Amino acid sequence: MKVLVAVKRVVDANVKVRVKADNSDVELNNVKMAINPFCEIAIEEAVRLKESGVAEEVIAVSVGDTACQEQLRTALALGADRAIQIDAAATLEPLAIAKLLNAVVEKEQPGLVILGKQSIDGDNNQTGQMLAALAGMPQATFASEVKIDGDEALVTREVDGGLQQIAIRLPAIVTTDLRLNEPRFASLPNIMKAKRKPLEVITADELGINTASRLTTLKVAAPAEREPGVIVANVAELVEKLKTDAGVL
Amino acid sequence: MSILVIAEHDNNTLKAATLNTVQAAAELKNAGAGEITLLVAGENCGGAAEQAAAVAGVSAVVVADNAALAHQLPENMAPLLVSLCQASGYSHLLAAATTTGKNLLPRAAALLDVAQISDITEVVSTDTFVRPVYAGNALATVQSSDAIKVITVRGTAFAAVEATGGAATVSRHDDVTDAGLARFISEEMSVSERPELTAARIIVSGGRGMQSGENFPMLEKVADKIGAAVGASRAAVDAGFVPNDMQVGQTGKIVAPELYIAVGISGAIQHLAGMKDSNVIVAINKDEEAPIFRVADYGLVADLFDVLPELEQAL
Repeated sequence: MKVLVAVKRVVDANVKVRVKADNSDVELNNVKMAINPFCEIAIEEAVRLKESGVAEEVIAVSVGDTACQEQLRTALALGADRAIQIDAAATLEPLAIAKLLNAVVEKEQPGLVILGKQSIDGDNNQTGQMLAALAGMPQATFASEVKIDGDEALVTREVDGGLQQIAIRLPAIVTTDLRLNEPRFASLPNIMKAKRKPLEVITADELGINTASRLTTLKVAAPAEREPGVIVANVAELVEKLKTDAGVL
Repeated sequence: MSILVIAEHDNNTLKAATLNTVQAAAELKNAGAGEITLLVAGENCGGAAEQAAAVAGVSAVVVADNAALAHQLPENMAPLLVSLCQASGYSHLLAAATTTGKNLLPRAAALLDVAQISDITEVVSTDTFVRPVYAGNALATVQSSDAIKVITVRGTAFAAVEATGGAATVSRHDDVTDAGLARFISEEMSVSERPELTAARIIVSGGRGMQSGENFPMLEKVADKIGAAVGASRAAVDAGFVPNDMQVGQTGKIVAPELYIAVGISGAIQHLAGMKDSNVIVAINKDEEAPIFRVADYGLVADLFDVLPELEQAL
């Protein structure tokens, strides 16, 4: 079985993003970029499936400009066998990305596609579900455990009130939640080896996909700052203030 | 124009998040988006349908009662939404931004070949919405050019409408098929006497500073005194102190209670993103440099193991 993993280049999770003065977007110049944390979990899961003999090949795919090859190399260093860059604007909307990924799914015919549940820039939480719809495949979102059992995947999902177990018929789409696994670090020899692994570049046009935007961002604003608070001396003062000043007790 | 809201329910009762989503729909209606229809899809869901018909501001309820919808699997739900949109020409499709809504709606949006606008916090007009990006560090105002606007709604940003007082007409929709792609196996839901995190007026949350799961009862005693829900930071969940459904934060639950008491929580960006819209925030931490103090209205720099028993007494 082939496993396809989608990865996205995003602002590093540790960077505090700032809104641009003209309110057109957040400041992305000279900001550290990284692989989206949920995508890292997706790669790890795919590599573990290969290590356990369930998967034969792990293919990493990313939609974006040349810069995203850096994240594809990271995926290769973490254990993916080969990579595909779909050369397109880095700002495409989830629907367009899902259509491009679906074109790759049709070409590669993977048994399983693993994606992060959301990227930490747009926080959309859409691409996996949209890809599942377009590919006509079942979906298991927010996965915290994945077991392949014959022609099915048994998946534990993190839902609002607790956990849910479902079985989905392969081929299928899985999106990762935080507790699915703990991603490994790429070792130096593997980083060197990754440089020689194949990385194919395809354009959106070659795939024949219309990636036009459906949404226009009119404004990006910083959220309202909270008023500075006060430090209280002890529990008695705290309870007093909550009762009288704040009126919440 | 007209609006279809997907009711969140367990077949017997309507979940609270539905009432917040209907409020967003009511704001769309005021902006000119037409009447509100509530969809109750499930199996033996008459109880939920009855409650749906009573929700204030809802003019119609569509009930799809079918074994294929028992667990509302998106493989069967999404085609149902498409056929309803085609039959009734809805211009807006709304669901709560819960794990159920997040799972379902993008699948329907892709089948309709439209974009989705996730997790809105404000309705600007019938086609323009505000939504947080970058874990709430920025708010984007986005305008949709699609014929059908598919939207998930952040519950904490919209007050709940009244659960009663409405008198909607009820009709059935029977065009449902089982795609046969997915099977529900089981569910383990946490059972608690305390209020649900996303609906609680007061939340007491513990972080890594709690040191172990065995210390959480100290927090629970305080919570029970004031009728609060108990939450946790990602650090506490990752350390295995408490189960993941207690997690407050960007990747856990987004909450905005009247009072949020953060105990032994340092205040990582991802936690702040989940609770910084709370009305009043209290931080209790022995590290006075902890970032949580920057968003707190009241800070107490002290050892939580001294503070919690005192607090329990004082409340």
